[in-house]
Amino acid sequence: MTTDLWIFFGLATIAIVSAASMLISRNAVYSALFLVLNFVTVAVMYLLLHAAFIALVQVTVYAGAIMVLFLFVIMLLGAERVGNQRSLKWQQPAAAILGLGLLGEMVYVFFAGSGGQAAPAAVLGEAFGSPNAVGTLLFSEYLLPFEVTSVVLLAAMVGAIVLTREEKRAREARP
Amino acid sequence: MNVPVDYLLGLSAVLFALGILGVLVRRNAIVVFMSVELMLNAANLALIAFARETQDLIGQVFVFFVIAVAAAEVAVGLALIVAIFKSKHSIDIDQVSGLRG
Repeated sequence: MTTDLWIFFGLATIAIVSAASMLISRNAVYSALFLVLNFVTVAVMYLLLHAAFIALVQVTVYAGAIMVLFLFVIMLLGAERVGNQRSLKWQQPAAAILGLGLLGEMVYVFFAGSGGQAAPAAVLGEAFGSPNAVGTLLFSEYLLPFEVTSVVLLAAMVGAIVLTREEKRAREARP
Repeated sequence: MNVPVDYLLGLSAVLFALGILGVLVRRNAIVVFMSVELMLNAANLALIAFARETQDLIGQVFVFFVIAVAAAEVAVGLALIVAIFKSKHSIDIDQVSGLRG
């Protein structure tokens, strides 16, 4: 077992345990913090996979901006917990069985082909995945999708504002 | 990191399945939404693994777009959750069973 494999299994254990803890935590704030840990762990894995730019985007956008938004909404609503009564008794066991079935199937499909035997990884240059390389590709070949993404973000911003000011408009409309 | 791509895909599959479980089992709408983010993250990990394996940067560019769209999705989704909370005073998804607000 090489050092790389030890690092990989360590990171994978942290990622899986934090994801599972996210599901188990009763309090939504703890869930959010476990998800931050998971995102940071995956970002470290991106760094080791020659994706430096994506790793930093992951930390700033996912672990930073998106999770702050989640925590903000959780604390704004004061909705860390929901009640214990559930309307469908059989739903949780059925969901667990189906989810684990899907997991088994996916692992089988991935490992059935090669049996987990590694082709020796190719040697990659230092520049692979650097901000320079990814940026050049983004602003040359993928310029149109990049610009469309900015329109998507603008639409999301307008949508979020419109959705949350609904109540105020309704009050104004009332006599 | 000299790790077989199969291991990375296996990890991606486990994280994706945990995300599916979260969507199916939890009833707190915000935790369900965080599970969706976990699934997106698992898909991104698979894309990065394939980008390394095929030595093609297109995979990483695609992950960049996925992250950007996820940010937009989170903004709209959380606005929806806030709107639901305003009308129902709860974010238990079992309560959100009517089509009419």
